[in-house]
Amino acid sequence: MAIALESRLISFALKGTDEKVHGPELYTGAKVLGVIFSCNHCPYAQAWEGRLIEIQRDYAGRSVQFLLINSNDPAKYPDDSFPKMQRRAQEKGYPFPYLFDETQEVARQYGATRTPEIFLFDERRVLRYHGAPDDNYENPGAVRQPYLRSAIEALLGGKTPPTAETKPVGCTIKWK
Amino acid sequence: MRTESIPARIELLYWEECPSYDLALQRLRELLAERQIATPVRLIEVTTEQQAEQLRFPGSPTIRIEGQDLFPVPDGPYGLTCRVYRTDDGRVTPLPTTEMMRKAINGILREE
Repeated sequence: MAIALESRLISFALKGTDEKVHGPELYTGAKVLGVIFSCNHCPYAQAWEGRLIEIQRDYAGRSVQFLLINSNDPAKYPDDSFPKMQRRAQEKGYPFPYLFDETQEVARQYGATRTPEIFLFDERRVLRYHGAPDDNYENPGAVRQPYLRSAIEALLGGKTPPTAETKPVGCTIKWK
Repeated sequence: MRTESIPARIELLYWEECPSYDLALQRLRELLAERQIATPVRLIEVTTEQQAEQLRFPGSPTIRIEGQDLFPVPDGPYGLTCRVYRTDDGRVTPLPTTEMMRKAINGILREE
């Protein structure tokens, strides 16, 4: 079960595709911090990937930071191995760190179950939005409810996200 | 006038952990209804890697008419995974669009 809304951020330190260790403490200046469970192989993660990149780029100058985490077992899904993560991050020009949760401890602590699954924290690092990026994984042009963007806008404006929780939609996290 | 053959075997193979197979099934049934094909769709749940190999299952959802995959992947790989589809404009999607399915069904039924 995922951590509840209003929960405090759970810290972590994970190796990124840039070979450096990242954690929330490196981004203390961010007004909004998104911890996003994702991966390489899942078509849902791939379908939403471009939108996450776009949102991060759109809000980079407004103190919004995403941290993408892959917790899948690469023994079962070789496309989710660390070298393949490095390749994907480079090919797609990820504007955010892409971190490997090799022990799966971070996913377990957050209670994440799907890829993608978003945990969005405010400046006090309190969870204010949890769920899917938007309401249409198939077609970015047909999105009617841009949950993540709306939540970010609300938090930057000091308001409550219009939708605080949605059902995460995607592949299951592949446990060891 | 050319008459269309009615397929005797229509299957949708799925893995429960991929959430979109019900939408794929709905689209398939609508397309079959458009063509007035009353053949029931047989749902096959794939639950193990071994079964996925045996069934040459490249991922969920997979739709076959008379054993022919709507979107063939002759060399696999096969296994328990969510299947990646690509639309004509290059987008990745976890299930084929209605138009992709319509074209594929047209192609298969024309060949028969």
